[in-house]
Amino acid sequence: MRMIKAIAAIAALMFVAACSNNNEAVAPPSGATVTPGSVGDFKQNVGDRVYFDTDMSSVREDGRATLAKQAEWLKKYPNYPILIEGKCDERGTREYNIALGERRATSVRQFLIAQGVPAARIKTISYGKERPDVVGSDEGSWARNRVGVTSLE
Amino acid sequence: MMIPRHLRTVLTAVAFAALAVPAHAQLTIDMTKPSFEPVPIAITDFSGDNVGAEMATVIRNDLQNSGLFRSIPPGSFIERNINANAAPRFQDWRSVGATGLVVGQVSSAGGNLKVDFRLWDVVASNQAAGLSFTSQPNNWRRLAHIIADAIYKRVTGEEGYFDTRVAYVGETGPLNLRVKRIAIMDQDGANNRYITDGRTLALTPRFSPTLQEIVYMAYGENNGPPRVYLQNVDSGRRELLGNFPGMSFAPRFSPDGTKVAMSLSQDGNTDLYEMDVRGHGMRRLTNTPAIDTSPSYSNDGTQIVFNSDRGGTQQLYVMGAGGGGEKRISFGDGRYATPVWSPRGDYIAFTKIMGNSFGIGIMRPDGSGERLLSNGFLVEGPTWAPNGRVLMFFKQQPNSGGRAGSVTLSAIDVTGRFERQVPTPTDASDPAWSPLIPQ
Repeated sequence: MRMIKAIAAIAALMFVAACSNNNEAVAPPSGATVTPGSVGDFKQNVGDRVYFDTDMSSVREDGRATLAKQAEWLKKYPNYPILIEGKCDERGTREYNIALGERRATSVRQFLIAQGVPAARIKTISYGKERPDVVGSDEGSWARNRVGVTSLE
Repeated sequence: MMIPRHLRTVLTAVAFAALAVPAHAQLTIDMTKPSFEPVPIAITDFSGDNVGAEMATVIRNDLQNSGLFRSIPPGSFIERNINANAAPRFQDWRSVGATGLVVGQVSSAGGNLKVDFRLWDVVASNQAAGLSFTSQPNNWRRLAHIIADAIYKRVTGEEGYFDTRVAYVGETGPLNLRVKRIAIMDQDGANNRYITDGRTLALTPRFSPTLQEIVYMAYGENNGPPRVYLQNVDSGRRELLGNFPGMSFAPRFSPDGTKVAMSLSQDGNTDLYEMDVRGHGMRRLTNTPAIDTSPSYSNDGTQIVFNSDRGGTQQLYVMGAGGGGEKRISFGDGRYATPVWSPRGDYIAFTKIMGNSFGIGIMRPDGSGERLLSNGFLVEGPTWAPNGRVLMFFKQQPNSGGRAGSVTLSAIDVTGRFERQVPTPTDASDPAWSPLIPQ
C-alpha cells in the first residue's frame, strides 16, 4: 500500500515536470487537465513506461495493456517521433545490462509495431544500468528501474 | 599538470658492480606459498637532491601497497646520512628489523636526473641489486616506480607492475544525470586527468597490451547509440572503430594489439565480432539469439572467453579466437560475468552475481579451481596487473535515502590476502590496468 502511494506521488511529480518542460500552463492542484495529444496527455492518461522482471525482456501482462493503449494513442497522433529507452536495475554487470536494456527496448518496439505503429517511427536506445530513474538499493527501486520508457521528445 | 608521460630522452639503466661478494641471499619471497610474512624493508630518503625524499616516499608506497613488503617507518632508523656508495652498518638495520635496505643517490647529469640505487640484503650482508637510471627531471616519479619494480622483481622473482597506469570511469553528479568520463592516472593515483569531456556517457576503457592506447565505448550526442573509440593516451588522438547502425560496445584488444573484439547489437540481439584495428575489417565470431558480450582474449591470442545467457542465465564460455567450438566453463551457483584472461594465462578473473551479493573470483581456463577473492553488495569488473599477480575492480556501496552509494576502486592480490582501496579524486568504476610503460 505504501508503495502504491509512493508511485502515485512520483507520477504526479513527473506530470508537473513534463508540463513545465513543455512550457505548458502548470495545471492547478485540483481538476488537473492536459491538452489531448500532448506529451503530458500521453504520460498521464496512457502511461509512458512498462516494467520488466529481473533479467527478463518479455513484456508482462500489465505492460501489454499499457502498450496497447500507447499504440492507439501513437496511431492517433502520428507526428511524434518515438524513442524507446531500455533500462536495467543495478544488480547486473555494466556490459551485459547494456545488451539487456536493448533487448527490453526492442520488445517494446516490436509490440508497438505489431499493434500497427509504423516501424520507421520507432528508435531504440539502451542505457543499461547507467541512467536509473529511481535512486535506491531495494527491491522497490530495482523494480522501477527495470523499465522500457516510450519517449516522445 | 600535463607532462608527456613517455620519455623524450632515452631512459638508461645500467647495473653497477656489487660492493660485496654475493653470498646466499635471504631476501626472497615466494608469493605462491599459502602463507608468508611481508618482507620488512627499510627505504632511506635518497641523498643529493630534495626530490630524493619524494622518490623514497613513492617507492615505500608502491612496495607497502603490494602487500608483499612492510615498509619500516624511517623515524626508527639508527644509521643516518647513509653513504649510497659504501656498505651500510648491517647490524643497525638488523636492529630495526629490516631484511632489505634501499639506499639511493640523486645527481644532475647534463640537465638530466641521474639516480643510483642499491638494494642490500641485510640478513646476508651483501648487495642484492644495484642500478643507475638517467632521465629528464620531470620523470622522477616514473624513475621511483621503475626502482620499486626492480626491487619487487629481485625479491619475488616476478616482473613488477608499479610503472603502469590505470584508466577508469570517473563519476560525478546524481545517479539519474551521472557524468561519466574516462580518466587516467598512474597506478598509485598520481597524475590523474580526464581524456573525455563528459558530454556523453563514456564507459568500459580497456588498455592495449602493447601500446599506451585504450578502447572504450561512448554514447553519441542526441541519444545516439554507443560506439567504440580508440584513443592514444599521450597524444589524445581519437578514432571511431566502425559506424554501425546499432550499438557497438564491450571492446577488448587482442594480446598483440592488432584486433579488437566487441559486441554489436542488431534488433535487440547482441553477438560478438572482431575488428582489425588498421583496416577496420570485421569478422563475426558468434551467431546466436543470446546476449554474447564481455569478450577477453587468452594471453596467447588463440582463444576468447566471454559471457552469454544462451543457456538461460549469464555464464562464461570459451571459444576459438576466430569463433566456434564454444564451451561453457562456469558451473557454480549464480551468474558469471566480465571474464578477463590473465596475462600469465593461468587464470580467468570474473564477476559473480549471487543472491544478495557480488563477488570477484578467479578460475582456471578450464573452469576448475574456482576461488572468490572479494565480495560485497556490488563488486564488478576485474582487470589484471601486467604481471598477473594483482587485480583491480570496483566496489559500489548501496544507495540510500535518495543518495548514490560511493563507488571506489580496489586492488587485491591473486591470493586474496591483501585488499586495499585505490585513491581517486571522484567516484570511480571500471578500472583498466595498462601494460608496463615502455622505457
